[in-house]
Amino acid sequence: MSLLEIRELSVALPAGADRALALDQVSLALDPGEILCVVGESGSGKSVTASAIIGLLAPGLAVVSGQIMLAGEALVGQSPEAWRALRGRRIAMVFQEPMTALNPLMTVGAQIAEMWRAHTDLNSRDITAHSLAALTEVALPDPEGALRAYPHELSGGQRQRVMIAMALALEPEVLICDEPTTALDVTTQAQVLALIRALQQRRGTAVLFITHDFGVVAEIADRVAVMQQGVVVEQGPAATVLSHPTHPYTKALLAAVPALIAPPPRELAAGSVLTLRGVTKTYGSPGMFRRRKAVKALDAVDLTLRQGATLGVVGESGSGKSTLARCVVGLLPVDAGDILIAGEPLPHGRCAAAGLVQMVFQDPFASLNPRRRVGDQVAQGPMALGTSAAQAMAEARALFGLVGLEPDAVARFPHEFSGGQRQRIGIARALAMKPRVLVADEPVSALDVSVQAQVLELLRGLQARLGLSMLFITHDLRVAAQICDDIAVMQNGVVVETGPIGEVFAAPRHAYTRSLLDAVPGRALFAA
Amino acid sequence: MQFLRAYARNPAALIGAALVLAVLAMGLLAPLLYPGDPLSLAGRPLQWPGANPRFPLGTDPSGRDIAAQLFHGARVSLLIGFSATAIAVVIGIGIGALAGFYGGIVDTLLMRVTEAFQTLPNFLLLLVLVAVFGSDIKTVTIAIGIVAWPPVARLTRAEFLSLRTRDFVQACRLQGLSDAHLILREVLPNALPPVIVYASVVMAIAILLESALAFLQLSDPNVSSWGNLIGLGRNVLRAEWYVSAIPGIAILLTILGVSLVGQGLNDALNPRLAGR
Repeated sequence: MSLLEIRELSVALPAGADRALALDQVSLALDPGEILCVVGESGSGKSVTASAIIGLLAPGLAVVSGQIMLAGEALVGQSPEAWRALRGRRIAMVFQEPMTALNPLMTVGAQIAEMWRAHTDLNSRDITAHSLAALTEVALPDPEGALRAYPHELSGGQRQRVMIAMALALEPEVLICDEPTTALDVTTQAQVLALIRALQQRRGTAVLFITHDFGVVAEIADRVAVMQQGVVVEQGPAATVLSHPTHPYTKALLAAVPALIAPPPRELAAGSVLTLRGVTKTYGSPGMFRRRKAVKALDAVDLTLRQGATLGVVGESGSGKSTLARCVVGLLPVDAGDILIAGEPLPHGRCAAAGLVQMVFQDPFASLNPRRRVGDQVAQGPMALGTSAAQAMAEARALFGLVGLEPDAVARFPHEFSGGQRQRIGIARALAMKPRVLVADEPVSALDVSVQAQVLELLRGLQARLGLSMLFITHDLRVAAQICDDIAVMQNGVVVETGPIGEVFAAPRHAYTRSLLDAVPGRALFAA
Repeated sequence: MQFLRAYARNPAALIGAALVLAVLAMGLLAPLLYPGDPLSLAGRPLQWPGANPRFPLGTDPSGRDIAAQLFHGARVSLLIGFSATAIAVVIGIGIGALAGFYGGIVDTLLMRVTEAFQTLPNFLLLLVLVAVFGSDIKTVTIAIGIVAWPPVARLTRAEFLSLRTRDFVQACRLQGLSDAHLILREVLPNALPPVIVYASVVMAIAILLESALAFLQLSDPNVSSWGNLIGLGRNVLRAEWYVSAIPGIAILLTILGVSLVGQGLNDALNPRLAGR
């Protein structure tokens, strides 16, 4: 018998949802000392599985049939008191976003101490000793300082280490990790994954690891369960599922994971369309009442985007890549340096600038006005430049066709579209202005991997047909490998390495580039 | 449609709507049920309600029909409520939108003006305005609008501050659209729901302010407002309390109705908060 067994568990969604059951006859088993990865795209029910195991189903969700057994003990239908005694002590959880999972008004030490205070009757000196030991075990650089620190004083990776220390504090039998590394940078992600692996092996904890990223699965999983629409479509040992998937959905998901191999260089016309010379941008200028230190988001950045090419800007959070995008389109003023588009600085007039550079935004839900028809949002730009309403709308319909949407969809509102479709609308809106340069700021980061592949394919196709020049901002080297001709690696506002993507990936010159490449999860598996 | 359904699911909101509609019906029916001037003398003064079948709600100290004044007063109270609210909301949205959208020096200047208005007690400012400009019904309405706008401006500014940096607004900037378009077409429709909800509060305040002015006999004496009637009953409060109590209950029910409608709007416009 396994340690944790989920037997034909079905969970109902509230009436009016897109399907009746969030989980449909889900059966999973977890043994001590093993890591089971539950993979799936958004809406597959993987997070609902996690919250059902820990008894924290969102309001409106209810178990309709099936059972969850922990070491032979039935969990479904327990009293709230029994659940409370169980949580933290026998089943613990690590959440996706460590900033919101920690209380910003309590020190880290006080929050960890709560674990022992709630579940044991140790005295406060023992609790402090235990807290310190727990933080030492998750390899925080200064455990004693961390005890006194508030969550905002730690970095994202350190916060997630604190969360792991808290989850493991009472030596639970089962640890549930719900996308614990999704909010982290790639190098931090690699460290946290290694930490979870090491702790789990040392203690023999059973880990249920929820993720959408097959790279992470390849790094950490012993066994894999693939979920689609609330159903487990395939499960088995990680090596088998990853290299010999049997279910078509698993095959499709694996095929959608982009390879980390740069495409062969394309033939491009000579000449550059966008040039950055010594661009500098500082946040928080020093003044009498400013306590914050000035941060150099961009430090003398020199870049060149070739005509018809895609220049990828990669880096971790805080590297200045999004600031760069906003400076190029003129949403942020620069402190020093020149940004030249087709040899000219960006004009001050909004209308004049609109035809030169356009932007595709990261969040498909925030980048469209929820209260206006999508066709109007695409057509209003050309109309502001003097195109007649009828012609602008006809162009918008044509653009919808071009980006793979129904032309008649122009009359609908944003909430009627999925994330990927919204991103297509955002691309259509940018293309409607016929820009010389398209700036794409993490355009596929918020999308599921299969949708990501479709949008990248669309961008590639559009580039071939329209000769677009693109500045492509991303944190994901796999995505960069799919679409970029040249690449610039940024760290702390400085471009540390540039060059054709094939050369940079094959022979990185800068140490930071090498560490980024090494940290890409599942590199060994998906290299081929 | 979805909005109406969300609204109709809330029983308190339906009661509020019924109350407001009832007051509206009173105002509409007033000229049919009580033709002629409600302020004309109708019979012996201070008849108790029910004492004389001609005056179901009795007569006031001057011998005027209280029922007639109540029905005609509904028109005045609603008219003042709606007009003063419209004035306050228009001024508030205008100032709040400019301050929130442009920020910087514009924001600083407009917000200092708003705070100057807010630090003065509403009612005192209203008294000063009425004392200076006179107390006919138009002046009173405008004066109420002028004292009630600052909270609307602050609310609108807060919404604009958070909305102006959203990606969809930035995208419109990049499309070359004018500031007027950004403010009116992109940001304002998204900023409006909390302002609409707050407008119901402004309306309740406006009706109360007018009644308070009338109670002090500083409102327009030539219209039959509920507040005037309460003011008339002040001198006979101990013996013939019904003169003040009847319009008082009318004001209470109207404000209750308006507030419940506001609460219902709030729940219907913020579906995620409903049901808590």
